[in-house]
Amino acid sequence: MNTQKKSTQKKRRFNLYAMVWRTPIIVWQLLFFVGPLLFMIAMSFFLVKNYRMIEAFEMKNWIKMFSKNYFWDSYYLTFGLASLSTIIATVIAFPASFALAFKVSDNVRRWVIFLLIIPFFTSYLVRIFSWYVILAESGVINAMLSYVGLGPYTMLNTMFGTLVGYMTLCLPLVVILQTFSLANVDKNLIQAAKNLGCSPIKTIYSVIIPLAKTGLIVAALFCFILSFGDFVSPYYLGGSKPPTLPILIIDTTKSGQQWPRAAVVAVVMMATLITIAFAALALAYKKRASR
Amino acid sequence: MSKKTIFKPSRRDVLKYSAAGAAATVLSTPFVHRTWAQTTEINMLAWYGHGEADIVGAYEEANNVKFKPKYYAGGDNMLALIAQSPPGTYDVILSDGEFVQQLNAAGYIDELNPADYNFDDMLHEDFTNFPGHWAAGKLHSVMVRCGHLGVSYNTNAVSAEEAASYACFWKPEIQGKVGHFDWHLPSLGMMSLKNGNGAGLWDLDDAAWNAVQETTMSLRSQVGGFFDYGGTFNSLKNGEMQAMCGIGDWITGVLEKDGAPVASVVPKEGGIQWTESYCIGKGSDKADQVKHFIQYMTSPEGQVKSAQMAAYPGFAITKGGRKLLNEVDPKEAQRTGQVDGMANDPITLIKEGRIHYRDIPQQQSLEDWNDFWSEYKNA
Repeated sequence: MNTQKKSTQKKRRFNLYAMVWRTPIIVWQLLFFVGPLLFMIAMSFFLVKNYRMIEAFEMKNWIKMFSKNYFWDSYYLTFGLASLSTIIATVIAFPASFALAFKVSDNVRRWVIFLLIIPFFTSYLVRIFSWYVILAESGVINAMLSYVGLGPYTMLNTMFGTLVGYMTLCLPLVVILQTFSLANVDKNLIQAAKNLGCSPIKTIYSVIIPLAKTGLIVAALFCFILSFGDFVSPYYLGGSKPPTLPILIIDTTKSGQQWPRAAVVAVVMMATLITIAFAALALAYKKRASR
Repeated sequence: MSKKTIFKPSRRDVLKYSAAGAAATVLSTPFVHRTWAQTTEINMLAWYGHGEADIVGAYEEANNVKFKPKYYAGGDNMLALIAQSPPGTYDVILSDGEFVQQLNAAGYIDELNPADYNFDDMLHEDFTNFPGHWAAGKLHSVMVRCGHLGVSYNTNAVSAEEAASYACFWKPEIQGKVGHFDWHLPSLGMMSLKNGNGAGLWDLDDAAWNAVQETTMSLRSQVGGFFDYGGTFNSLKNGEMQAMCGIGDWITGVLEKDGAPVASVVPKEGGIQWTESYCIGKGSDKADQVKHFIQYMTSPEGQVKSAQMAAYPGFAITKGGRKLLNEVDPKEAQRTGQVDGMANDPITLIKEGRIHYRDIPQQQSLEDWNDFWSEYKNA
């Protein structure tokens, strides 16, 4: 009985210790994520009269937004652009990450990662505005193309401009995450594949990618989340034409201060991202079936 | 301590109490001094630029005040900021003329004394009795500046003759190069004028409203983008947009002064006037200072500053302001037609009936117009 009591006490002390470390992050999540999320959901049922929000529980906002074609147009556009951004960023980043993980020295890798982090020191908005000078019809790219008799091409206020903005936002992060993931692949397994006659290409997709799958999917997921919620690129480089969901939130609040309807859009965005995140993480951590 | 000691202090006591007295004097003096120099903060709610040094700098220095501006873009945004703030948050409010009646109806602004303002100096009687500024014979707002919206264009892409009509926005050569200022009110107002609604441009029945929507949708294939304040400047300046709907000289004037090949004109279908007026925020404890500031802004000096505002120029609305502008900046006066007798004199255009004051829709709600605007952007 004394042994049992000691064991229970030891277990209780152990749990208390764990809770001390867990509590700050739990409190943080409750205060700055769960709480605001719950308030946003509640706000989607409020009404607005004379530019003031009134607490209510009405479905009007949901019915209004869901019945509008422009809401669904924006939704599919935003989802499509974010998906495209994810695919492009993943494909572009992979060769760079592969080279950083397997082909360069540790010193070069450190410096390149440092250079990839530097853009985050500057304002994203300023970086987007700097693309005006480069992408404009009278900008740097068209000027260079004119020397070889090409152009001018319209790059600003197009989906191409939006995607350039998304790459500005996401690509450095995707490269960094992919690099860390690839660098953690056991090099002995790669060597074993080569010894067993695997070609380099087959080694990549049969050995390296499956082993780095978790990191690659997480990198893609970050890109999707950032692109899906970005307002700056579609507005300033895409010309808000057509508007994505973040732009629709701004438009909805600008006229009549319809925060409850903006909350509907935001809740739909959150639900989409949570679903995508769970699906991606389930795929990332899914164990391979043994043969 | 004995009485004897109090009335006959020792040398030590004298030194002790003298030092304490001197310290108290020295420590309190800075507080007294700081009180004398304390600057009055005036909270301002306005369009961008009205709280900047080029407008208020001289006034601040002369009157020991400091403006703390909160900027908005669009009347709806202004109303929402006020609605969500406690009474007295904003001492001075610069409102679009058409929103003053809503400010008043909601009880956000104070009544003004007409005798405090020099209405006799206004260039047009409408500026004294601007719609919505008076309610039941009581004054609630004083107009301080205005400007005209029409066709804004790149002079290398659109000729002056073409720009004489809103039809130039449909010019095939500028497909994909027509921009919109991202606010439904001025753009849809222009489409209404294009449809020939004239003075009734805001008072549309169902048939007229449907027609405006059709006309607007027909422009969609020409549109290169929807821009905020900064994006509008950028896209006109770098030539991405060759024409812009929903703006006027308040944007192109700044670019023109910088040498950009852009201009704005009031086309034959008519133009829209934006009007800005100052009000005193309800609950403000600085009403006297705000009154003094409004008097300054309607004085010749204030009117010239307003006309030359770096953020966006406007018209002087007083005779004294126009006279002083012609003396100190004849080039700007000429550029904007603020010279008596010029063909594009804004006052002449108003008298000819070519200018229509911007208003809110009468038979539809702002929500209806905004809903259509969202559909249009998504088309």
